[in-house]
Amino acid sequence: MTGTAGTKDVVAARIGSGHRGASSGEAALSVRGLTVSYAEKPAVFSVDAAFAAGAMTAIIGPNGAGKSTLLKACLGIVPRLSGEVELFGQPLEKARHRIAYVPQRASVDWDFPATVLDLVKMGLFRSVGLFGRLRGEPEARARACLERVGMAGFADRQIGQLSGGQQQRVFLARALAQGADLYLLDEPFAGVDAATERAIVDVLRTLKSEGKTVIAVHHDLATVTEYFDRVFMINVSPVAEGPVAEAFTAETLMAAYGGRLAATHVDELALAGTRV
Amino acid sequence: MTPLLDALFLQAGHNAALVAIGAGLLGYASGATGTFLFLRKRALLSDAAAHATLPGVALAFIVMVALGGDGRNLAGLLLGSAITAAIGLVTVQWIVAHTRLTEDAAIGAVLGVFFGVGVVLLTVIQTMSSGRQAGLEDFLLGSTAGMLRQDALVIAAGGALALALTWALRRPMTLVSFDADFATAAGYRVSRIDLMMMLAALVVTVIGLKVVGLVLIVALLIIPPVAARFWTESVGRMIWIAGAIGGISGYAGAAVSASAPNLPTGPIIVLMAAGVFVASLLFAPVRGVAAAFIRQRRFKARVHHRQGLLAIARQEPIRETFTLRLLQRENLIRADGVPTEAGRAAAAKVSRDERRWDIARRIHQDAGLTGRYDGLTPIEDVFTADEIQEFDRRIGPPVAVEG
Repeated sequence: MTGTAGTKDVVAARIGSGHRGASSGEAALSVRGLTVSYAEKPAVFSVDAAFAAGAMTAIIGPNGAGKSTLLKACLGIVPRLSGEVELFGQPLEKARHRIAYVPQRASVDWDFPATVLDLVKMGLFRSVGLFGRLRGEPEARARACLERVGMAGFADRQIGQLSGGQQQRVFLARALAQGADLYLLDEPFAGVDAATERAIVDVLRTLKSEGKTVIAVHHDLATVTEYFDRVFMINVSPVAEGPVAEAFTAETLMAAYGGRLAATHVDELALAGTRV
Repeated sequence: MTPLLDALFLQAGHNAALVAIGAGLLGYASGATGTFLFLRKRALLSDAAAHATLPGVALAFIVMVALGGDGRNLAGLLLGSAITAAIGLVTVQWIVAHTRLTEDAAIGAVLGVFFGVGVVLLTVIQTMSSGRQAGLEDFLLGSTAGMLRQDALVIAAGGALALALTWALRRPMTLVSFDADFATAAGYRVSRIDLMMMLAALVVTVIGLKVVGLVLIVALLIIPPVAARFWTESVGRMIWIAGAIGGISGYAGAAVSASAPNLPTGPIIVLMAAGVFVASLLFAPVRGVAAAFIRQRRFKARVHHRQGLLAIARQEPIRETFTLRLLQRENLIRADGVPTEAGRAAAAKVSRDERRWDIARRIHQDAGLTGRYDGLTPIEDVFTADEIQEFDRRIGPPVAVEG
């Protein structure tokens, strides 16, 4: 690997330029010096990042690179060893109502006594409070969210009867019900059918056109350029960050994935640099 | 049976009536509270707490006697039991958080150690001068003998507290039970909600000590929700159904045990709940075993029906006797296996559907629709009439099946 040093310089420069100010306007989510560790092995080490508001950003990196952990640490789901997280320039706890989270669908037990509509209503619990009404207007809102993901006909179905793609759509509907400004999704396209993938992408694009911010952990390198406008590449510590055209290149991919990504595969990807 | 009926209809005297009502209230509170323990998969944790009450009961007795009071004061004993149960819970949490042990190992260790200490203390009390008639062993399996009005009031008040806590926090508890990560992201303090859940369970455990006993109280917390789960797909309804199952079990169990001398109350109540559970397991619609069996039978028949018709269409012999009997019963084939007129028509339709599916899966873009092919789903359920017409145009005119 003769080019290693050179690659690192390029990457470092890119992180420098991507952090703050590369995008117009404020950062929706910014992280400084974030380290997360399971036992005594850091899963995420010393991450600085600023996710541009109003953009769709993919968090990519090899298996075990800390993609999901980064997301969970930003939300306080896993404890931070060090570092600060700010949402729209405010501390996390003050801005929680502005975020919506879509966990990996395999993280829950789907044989839970709830219908699809019940599950979407969970996204409203926070805004209606402990005793607020869930019928009437809030229920109409939940149904509208199901409509947006193409699941209106499934409202009364038991959640255990859904296919993987349908589960993912319902999770997205629950996040929509939260009415947030920032949407954090953990592998929303993992193991879903093509129709669901298109439906989800459509919803995310609509969110972006409404001025919302979307950040998704993404595993399919082949669709990065098509779906997202920015990438954050991580392998325990940040590798590259910025608009897809600048940060999603053969060099940065080699830096993040190393030997795990054979050169032939890189050629097949719709890389930013090779597109018109 | 008359003593039993008397007891069931509260005619067996003031004390028996008090006991039945008290046990019913306890059952209701524990069923409703246990719903979230079950959904959060915390059943065993509450068992550890229940067993950890024993040293508290014994220590409270010793302390009260040492201070010159009556060692059997119920409020004092319950307070003691609550304290050691809470210490037991905290110990489990601490072990899980600070060692490599898993929760089940921590629960096993705490349960055993606390219960062992409790039994040793009970033996010590037996040797004390005032300990011989203490009757503390009733706390193991429960007893309603000599239950006082104020005991029933303690149960009613504690049950109301646990119910109120469960009802008020049903939304966060639902969320934490289903998806704790999402709850955290939405700003709920999961540890605090878990604490409230365990607090409600602890209250039920403590007030249930006298009637059901600490060995079996976990059964009254868990069996009613498990049984209720068979009847509903909604957490809200599950709370009340579990409460009703627990309440009926408590009431009926206490009545039965009051009607016959020396029947222990706790085990009878738990057996009542277990009866409801078995009935639910077998006969509940949709989730019950019988319903699942019937569904499976129907599904099998549909598969054989379709395969049989496809065999007719392809003019292959049908070998499976189940298929043959099925088709004969519907007059689709004759006794000698030759298809009837109706059989040939049905076979032609099935065969055409298969070819339509072939075309659909080859030319249709939407994998979400073509993915619904499983050999059984009628094509009309998935595609519009226009689309099916297009498939037919590519197949060509219908072909009759030869006999």
